[in-house]
Order: sequence, then C-alpha cells, then structure tokens
Amino acid sequence: MPKLTVNGKGVEVPAGTNLIEAARTVGVEVPHYCYHPGLSIAGQCRLCMVDIEKTPRPSIACNTVAADGMVVQTETERVRETRKSMMEFHLINHPLDCPVCDQAGECWLQIYYMKHGLYDPRMKDEKVHKPKAVPLGPHVILDAERCILCSRCVRFCDEITHTGELGIFERGDHSEIGLFPGRELDNKYSANVVDICPVGALTDRDFRFQVRVWYLDTAKSICPGCARGCNIEVHVNRRRPHHAEGRRVARLKPRFNAEVNKWWLCDAGRYGFGFVDAAERLLMPARRQGGTSTEATWDEAIAAVAGALRRLTPDQMGIIASPKMSNEDLFALRRLIDLCGVRHVAGQVPPRVPGDEDDFLIRADKNPNSRGAELLGLGGDARTVIEAAGRRRLKLLWIFGHDLLASALPEPDVLEALRVVDTVVFTGSNANWTSAHSHWVLPAAAWVEREGTYTSFEGRVQRFRQAIEPLGQSLAEWEIVTRILAPLGEAPSATRAEHWFRQLAASVPAFAGLSYQLIGDSGRPLAEAART
Amino acid sequence: MSPMNLRQRFYLVEVLTGLWLTAAHFFRNMGRHTARAFGRKGTSGAVTIQYPEERRPYSPRLRSLHRLVRREDGSPRCVACMMCETVCPAHCIYIVADEHPNPEIEKVPRRFDIDLGKCVFCGYCVEACPEDAIRMDTGILEFSSYSRGGMIYSKDMLLSFEPADASGRPRSPIPLPADRRA
Repeated sequence: MPKLTVNGKGVEVPAGTNLIEAARTVGVEVPHYCYHPGLSIAGQCRLCMVDIEKTPRPSIACNTVAADGMVVQTETERVRETRKSMMEFHLINHPLDCPVCDQAGECWLQIYYMKHGLYDPRMKDEKVHKPKAVPLGPHVILDAERCILCSRCVRFCDEITHTGELGIFERGDHSEIGLFPGRELDNKYSANVVDICPVGALTDRDFRFQVRVWYLDTAKSICPGCARGCNIEVHVNRRRPHHAEGRRVARLKPRFNAEVNKWWLCDAGRYGFGFVDAAERLLMPARRQGGTSTEATWDEAIAAVAGALRRLTPDQMGIIASPKMSNEDLFALRRLIDLCGVRHVAGQVPPRVPGDEDDFLIRADKNPNSRGAELLGLGGDARTVIEAAGRRRLKLLWIFGHDLLASALPEPDVLEALRVVDTVVFTGSNANWTSAHSHWVLPAAAWVEREGTYTSFEGRVQRFRQAIEPLGQSLAEWEIVTRILAPLGEAPSATRAEHWFRQLAASVPAFAGLSYQLIGDSGRPLAEAART
Repeated sequence: MSPMNLRQRFYLVEVLTGLWLTAAHFFRNMGRHTARAFGRKGTSGAVTIQYPEERRPYSPRLRSLHRLVRREDGSPRCVACMMCETVCPAHCIYIVADEHPNPEIEKVPRRFDIDLGKCVFCGYCVEACPEDAIRMDTGILEFSSYSRGGMIYSKDMLLSFEPADASGRPRSPIPLPADRRA
C-alpha cells in the first residue's frame, strides 16, 4: 500500500490507485473531463495536471499511479496556469451558447471555467462549425460543436456495452464524434452516454428542452423496473408546473452504488417513469355498481372493504399482492391476512411476455420486490386464487396493482373469476382492465410519491424516498392497509412507512437487525444474505 | 397614540387650519401664474398636465410594457433559454420551449406569456436576456383589465409591439385585453 502526500496531507491508498482517486480520498478534487472511474484511461483532456515533486513538469493525475513517497501538489501556481491554458484550448471551438444549451447548470465546462478558467478569449478566427442536433439513436442527440472530444462515450460503448457504435472521425480541430456507418446508438444502456458526457454534446431526447435543470429537485430512490434495484436519483419539477406539460417527474439518473449498478442504468429503467404522471392515474376511491363508476370517499371505501373482511369466512377471501409493493406494504398486508385468516393468498402474476435479461444489469423479473414478497409468504402464483374464485369459493377478491387481463393467466378464467366474485377490490396507481372490472377501486400512490424499501434479487434491502406529493387522494398501500386494519380491531400504530419496517425487522428473521438508519443511502444485505 | 388635546378635540380649529392650507396654495399659485402672465420670470406655479391628451416627458430609461424583439423574418429572437423566467422575482413569465427547425438557432418559445398582474416592472428580464430579445421600451403604460386573465399577454401580443418613438410616445396602439373590447 503506497503512502503519499497530497497537498501536504498524508494518505495511504491501495496499489494501482491513480492520483485523481488518491486525491479524492483526502477531499481534494482534481479537475478532469476524460477520466471516468468506470472506464479505461484515455489521458485526452490534459486538464488533470498536478505537480509531483522531483518531476520536471506537471503530469496528468489520471494516468499516474500513486507510488510510495510521492509528494503531489494540486494547487501550485504552475498547475493553475496549466489548467487555465487547457481550458482555453478546450473552448477554442466551443460555441459558448450556454443559455440555449440543455446542459447549462450541470456542465463541467461551465463549472471549471468559473473555477479555473476566467481568462479573456484571445481567438480571433471563426470557430470550426460541426453538425448540430444530430439524433444518434432513440434516446441520444449529438451537438458536435459542443463536444470536447473526451471520448468517454466512445469508451463506454466499447468497454461497458461492447457494442462499439461510436467513434471519433476526421483529424485535428475537425475531429468529431459520430456513428460508424449503418450503426445507431440503440443499445440497452445508450442513455448512459448522456450522463457521462461532461458537456452539452450528448443530450437526452426525452428530457431535452423540457425543464431547465436548475428548476429540478432531487430525491434518492430505487428503480422499480426490475429485480436488480438500481440506485437512482429522481429529478422532479415542482417549481414551474407549466414546463414539460405539467409532468412532475422530469428524469431519472443513475446514482452510484458500488454493490449494485455502479454508475449505470438501463434505458428501460430510465424511461420507465411515465406512468407517474399519466392520464390513467387513479385519483379518487371509486365504487362500480351496475356498470357505472362513482367517486366515493376514503371512509366509505374503507368501511366497505373492512366490513367484507369482517363478515366473510377465511375461505371466502382471496388477496393477490404484488411484488411491486414495498416491504412495508407487504408486511402490513401480511398482518391483515393473518388477522382475518385469509386462506387464498398469492403475489406473482406471470407476465404474458417473459422479460428480457442480460448479463449486466437487466433482470427478467420486472418486479422490484419479488424477494421481499417471497420472504413474507406473498410470492405464490395467482393462478390458484383465480381457480378458487372460478369455483365460486370466493366472495371477496383484493388485487394489488396487477392487470390480470394483461397477464399469462387464461383470459376466460380471469373474466369468469372477476364476474362471479361478489366484491372485487383493486388497489393500484393506474387504471387498467382489472380496475375497470372491480367493484371498489382504492387509488395508490406511485413509488416516487412515498417512502419505502425494496429487496433486490440479491437480497439487498434498499430505501426509496418521497420526491413529490401523492396525486389526488391516492395513498401508499401500507397506509390503505393500516386504515382498514383499524376497524378490524388493530389500532393504527403506524403513521410512517418506517413504523411498519420496524415491526417487520422485529418479527421476520430475514430482516432482523435492519433499520432505515442502517440501510441508509446505499442499502444493506438481508441478515440471511449477509451470512452466506 | 396620545389622546387628543382640547384644541384638537375642538373640531373647528383643525378644519379651518386645513382650509387655510388649501387656500394658501390656491392664492400663491394664482399670484405666481398672474405674475408670469405679466412677464415676470423666475417663479413658476403648479402645473396640471392634461393627461391623457398631454404626457409628461419620460426618462429614456423608463420601463414600460414589455415587447419581444423580432428577427428579420418576423419570428421571435427569443431562444427560450429561460434566463428571464429564472431571474424574474415575481415569477410572472411562462415560457415553453420547442425545437427550432434550424439547428443553428436550436430553440424557440412555443409559449411566452407575461402575467402583468404579477409583474413588478423591475426590468431584470431585460438585463438577463442574452439575445436582447425582450425589451421594455414600448412606452405603453396603460393596460388594465376587468379580469386577471386579461392581464396575461401572450407571445403574439408581445411580438406585435413597436418601440416608442424618440419622444417616448408609444407607436403601437394601447392593447385592449379581450374582456375590454366592445
């Protein structure tokens, strides 16, 4: 383990660490564009120059491995002068139209110019003009003039996705990023190049011109798109509702987690938030009688469902939970199932089309909490419940989120089950075929509108936080269940998701020892997963 | 507040004091105007400007109703960068951006509304604009409406205004919001 000094502070780093990472461990930021910890080293931007004692001139920190006894200075007069000159080189052909550029506000050219540039431009010649607004694929659009040729995107497509769509073409100051002939940037992780692009050269076609980034608020969250549980940041626009046609969730960005997704996020997960602000959102509890649906109050809806639960025998009730619900929701529901002795319980509804999977992040199971549902005994196949309903054994069927008519379950069986059961209750965030066939609809908040935890397929419990207010009168599933538990004799002890999680950790061995504090921002493995 | 003394409570004295003040101004102004009429210089009486037929001279820096500057082809110079919307302390500017067919321009406002019912006429939007696309030089000071909605000026209205002439008089007709048109 080499010991070195960075700006007078001693630090010991693992062998092979470069100077940017070594400086980071003591809180020193070395400015850089082309270096990315997840990619190979290119040494192209020449911005990360530092002074190393006994070397004649500044060296690039990204490609210098920390060695024993090294004395590194990142803020000498010579280093600052070098940085300033490098910034001047980078901006020679840059259009400097920051106000129009979608990257403004999160652009490293802007940030480093304000911190390390601040020179008067000396170029008198016309800037080199290159293609602008070139769509590279379904999600990414290129402005070659703004590019500083750091080659991060090229290395990403070569090293992470191994698809190699991008390259640098032409020579000298006419060099530009582009697609190889006949190719399109359409791999399953293509939008990550937008995140790693330090400037406004690659922007997101979905987000472009929708909201200025300084209007956004962020919340730490977990992608609900599959069982991987990639860590994400939800960017929401609460301040300017006239932007992006009133959609509150502006975009999802990957959040670094060394154990799960590193810096990356698949495109399916990144653009999978559309349902949150969709027109099909359920906003009010509703009752359907004789083909017409009327709005109801929460009190009426809860009294109706609780009345049915109290009146019926355990064999007459069926509940289909969902692996899209959080651990807290499922545990609250488990409490209700145990209290009423509900006999017909399931959680998994097989999808009509099996999900795609790869060897990187994407999992075939498109539910974020299948592992949690299994641990709580709610992972059973819904087929058994539908069959019991079809045999006219059920008087109450409570379905969470699933669209049974868009699943692999045989459609005649589902329609028959929904027809013969006296009371079909649907709890979910968006309307679907099943909700249209239900007698009671209880609107649930979307995952960005509430708190909770998911258990990934690897047994990692991860927290997601509230980013926006629930739409309409929708409530988190745990809160709906808590409100129904009250008239059944279980005093409502939970006013936050965390209260249910505490009870979960106390009573389910797999979750023993976990708390919201311990889970923190990066998640914790389950007790059983930690042992193995 | 301290209690009124006897003199103040004795209503008539205060009324007469007030009337004396008004009358003093009246006679002083009359004397001055008469003196001026006979050619005396150096004194001037109070002046009444017959607004709206007459207008007092305005400073060239006056901030009047906004206008959006046009390109040569009549399209807005604005590139929907949202600098004015961001800097506006009253949050009275509403811009929605769209892709411009010309990639050199790149961005164009689909909607550009100013809610004059909220505007505080600080002029920050003019200062912030990197394209000199919004100005407050129309010289138009009279805009009123019977409803809040009538105070919202759309992109097309803002684009139609001309700058004031050299004397500061508006060249565009004073806009009549929809709810005031006969």
